Amino acid sequence: MNIKVIGTGCEKCDQLYANVQEALKITGRVAEVEKIEDLMEIVKLGVMTSPSLMIDGKLVVSGRIAKPDELVKLMK
Amino acid sequence: MECLKSIGLFVQNQILGMKWLNVVISNGLSAIGVDISTRLGGSVQFFIYDVIRITILLCFLIFIISYIQSYFPPERSRRILGRFHGIGANMIAALLGTVTPFCSCSSIPLFIGFTSAGLPLGVTFSFLISSPMVDLGSLVLLMSIFGAKVAIVYVVVGLIIAVIGGTLIEKMHMAKYVEEFILTASAVDIESPDLTVKDRLSYAKEQMTGTFRKVFPYILVGVGVGAVIHNWIPEHIIQTVLGSNNPFGVILAALVGVPMYADIFGTIPVAEALLAKGAQLGTILSFMMAVTTLSLPSIIMLKKAVKPKLLGVFVGICTGGIIIVGYLFNIFQDLLI
Repeated sequence: MNIKVIGTGCEKCDQLYANVQEALKITGRVAEVEKIEDLMEIVKLGVMTSPSLMIDGKLVVSGRIAKPDELVKLMK
Repeated sequence: MECLKSIGLFVQNQILGMKWLNVVISNGLSAIGVDISTRLGGSVQFFIYDVIRITILLCFLIFIISYIQSYFPPERSRRILGRFHGIGANMIAALLGTVTPFCSCSSIPLFIGFTSAGLPLGVTFSFLISSPMVDLGSLVLLMSIFGAKVAIVYVVVGLIIAVIGGTLIEKMHMAKYVEEFILTASAVDIESPDLTVKDRLSYAKEQMTGTFRKVFPYILVGVGVGAVIHNWIPEHIIQTVLGSNNPFGVILAALVGVPMYADIFGTIPVAEALLAKGAQLGTILSFMMAVTTLSLPSIIMLKKAVKPKLLGVFVGICTGGIIIVGYLFNIFQDLLI
């Protein structure tokens, strides 16, 4: 599983990143977690709001901090 | 009709204006021995009342607005805009600008996202002008201070400026003044995730607490300035500088407001105090528009994406539009309030 936490390094993005880590701990799954902070990279992905989250190339969270329990469901 | 009018007045004064809160606070202050008829006591009363009132309005409004905005992520706005052409696209862009969540920090990704999806530059700019200047929040806030007529005219005029501004930028063939990296960026059209009601509520709550934390200092400063104007600055000074005696009041207000950065919630108490002291309506609105539409941080941000010439045109159009609005409102003030 590939997870991308997308956002230009704001406080909210760090929060989302932490929630992803926690969700991974809960599920016990192993994933490649990337932090995408470069503006051009973000644009290439087609994302225009931060923080956003992609799992295996699919945008699952857009412009908000998803809670760990919600992320657990998304990872299934 | 009479009945409707009194309901309208009740909403405007008691629910939006929260006049009852003022009564509660003045009774409370009197009970602990503060004489609110003195200047200092009056200032304290004004300060407490306004901070509480604006905070309640802010939390309530941001929550509702964010809920509505969750239906319009920028990815979706972009797709909607792709279906329109000509001036129609500018109009839709200006309208979408009012409901798409926006802050100056996301203007660049949005700019690139729109442009690289093939949207005309003018359409993007209609959006960029309208989104900070006119939003649902300002509509309700203006209604609570100046009444429904002023609020609606403000929004309509703001949208017109956005449409004209975007169209002008298009007609002046400004596309060559956009930085290379934006034009060459290739963006993909992605699906926005489906949201449940619960997701939307949690988004709205998150926006509300986040905005509150970010904006609260501005409210304190704004109310502080408002309280000073309200109780300490003599009426004749305000009237001379910002009233009908000074034909350049609007220009002055716009020029002072442009570099300033504050949230519209912070400008409300200042605007109210100025109005009460005899400043002209258009002059006050120019100030509010200038503060919220243009600011140094947003100009610096935009500078990364466009060359100085286009940036100058953008700032010029916004400032010019704001000044025109100010004079219009001053001329028609008597009809509106």
